[in-house]
Amino acid sequence: MDVIVCVKQIPDPETPAAAFKVDEAAMQVLPAQGISPVISPFDAQAVEAALRIKDASGDGTVNIISLGPDSARDAIKHSLAMGADEGYHLKDDAFEGGDAWTTALALSKAIQHLGVPDVLIFGRQAADWDQGTVGSIVAELLDLPSATVLRAVELNGGSITVSRVVADGFENIDLPTPCVLTISNEFGDPRYPQLRQIMQAARKQVTELTASDLGLDPSEVGAAGSRVQMHALFQPTSDVEVEIIEGDTPEEKAAGLVNALREAKIL
Amino acid sequence: MASILVFGETDDTGLTAPTLEMLGAASRLSGDLGGGVALALLGSGLSGAAAAAGPAGADTVYTADSDALASYQTDSYLPVAQAIVEQDSPSVVLMSQSSMGRDLAPRLATRLGTAAIMDSLGLEVDGDRVKATRSCYGGNARQVVTVQTDPQVITVRPKSQDPLEADSSRSAEVVAVNVAEPTLRARTTGKEQAESEGIRLEDAEIVVSGGRGLGGPEAFADLESLAGVLTAAVGSSRAACDLGWYPPSQQVGLTGTVVSPTLYMAIAISGASQHMAGCGGSKNIVAINKDPDAPIFSFSRFGIVDDYKKVLPALEAAFAKALD
Repeated sequence: MDVIVCVKQIPDPETPAAAFKVDEAAMQVLPAQGISPVISPFDAQAVEAALRIKDASGDGTVNIISLGPDSARDAIKHSLAMGADEGYHLKDDAFEGGDAWTTALALSKAIQHLGVPDVLIFGRQAADWDQGTVGSIVAELLDLPSATVLRAVELNGGSITVSRVVADGFENIDLPTPCVLTISNEFGDPRYPQLRQIMQAARKQVTELTASDLGLDPSEVGAAGSRVQMHALFQPTSDVEVEIIEGDTPEEKAAGLVNALREAKIL
Repeated sequence: MASILVFGETDDTGLTAPTLEMLGAASRLSGDLGGGVALALLGSGLSGAAAAAGPAGADTVYTADSDALASYQTDSYLPVAQAIVEQDSPSVVLMSQSSMGRDLAPRLATRLGTAAIMDSLGLEVDGDRVKATRSCYGGNARQVVTVQTDPQVITVRPKSQDPLEADSSRSAEVVAVNVAEPTLRARTTGKEQAESEGIRLEDAEIVVSGGRGLGGPEAFADLESLAGVLTAAVGSSRAACDLGWYPPSQQVGLTGTVVSPTLYMAIAISGASQHMAGCGGSKNIVAINKDPDAPIFSFSRFGIVDDYKKVLPALEAAFAKALD
């Protein structure tokens, strides 16, 4: 089975809240000192899902596409080090300032450019903007069936069987190929590349593609083509003042908390 | 023609709470946008829920009532949703940030030539646009965004909006929608219900939640015991769910359930932003954590700095005595 995974390089979502800073005027998140960007964790899980499909089917390829500035290359390299075959970097000044729609449009053109594979996999959402729409938009643009927020993906003859996380449990869904899948955190940990694989991936060519390579006019992509406009970006503030319940023993602390809750009429 | 079309959801009780909340938001927004509020219901056996639409704030209710729509499937819902939007031509489409909304909103928006904003926390009218405030960067930041194309598709986080007081003197015009036999490509073949003992997370007045700091799955039995005394639901952080300590259906957070109980007890939970995205709306948070610098304390009203293993038995006894 041939699989394409779309990945994104983002500021490390494990950045401690204290190190997270926003430039409100520029509406941008400032890079945290000493904390390197990473592949979006859901996307690493998507690569893992793709590699398992390839292994189970016994043949085929796992190719990686990422749209973004120079740093997107690192997400591609990470995926290659995990075991993916080829990487494609959609890189063009025209892509800057885009939204989910323009990103999905460019990705769908790149997928058609490379040939629509049996399975297209995305993370359930990029852990920066947390929208979770790009996979579904690509599915719609390519007129493919889709299943989102998955915890398990299995090859079932020529079709795909997945387990979708829903509010009150899980749904089992059968999909024909080609299809689009998005992977959720319940999928489990992705493999971690070994040093040897990182070295091999470092030597691999990553193919760069521009808007015009994909037949896209600059007015269709980036800020010019965006359908969503951002008006503000800021950090929320908490106005709660915590009261620490003191005591010499756990029993005293427990009694103190119950009293405090009663006095505050919460109990 | 409505200014705002709400895609509602139903359960055994009729319209779901998020549907009532969206109708409340739609009523407030439509005052500024001009035009009415319509509700679209896709499902099977909808007459009871449809009758509740008027009192909850809808002027019109579109019902697509068919066995083929008994449960949400992308391929069966999408063409029906598209037909209703094209019939109603609203300027704004609202959906819940639910299993359905997450999946349907971006595909529907693309099919309609527009875009979707996901998981809004706040909505306000600015000219003919609805400005949505939403959480991003795992809860570390908020952004204010508008959809520049029409219709503006927006999903709404449960419990972020207030429903209207039900007014039984109001009624909505019911418009039945024809449903053609759907062509299913992706096909739902079965469902595994999460064991739902006790109180549903989103309905609970008190939630007792545990995180990675519990150290293992067995500690959840102690949380369940405490929850029994408090008539509370038990939740879990994403870290604890990802480790397989507790079912994903009980996950509180950005990628799980959003809760806003009167009392949220966070036990051995550090308070990562993505967890706070799921419980930050709680009226009171109590944190028990041995790390005095854990971020959870900065969101809490009361805190105990100690090992939960020592505090929990004492706390259960103290609650049992107080509530006796």
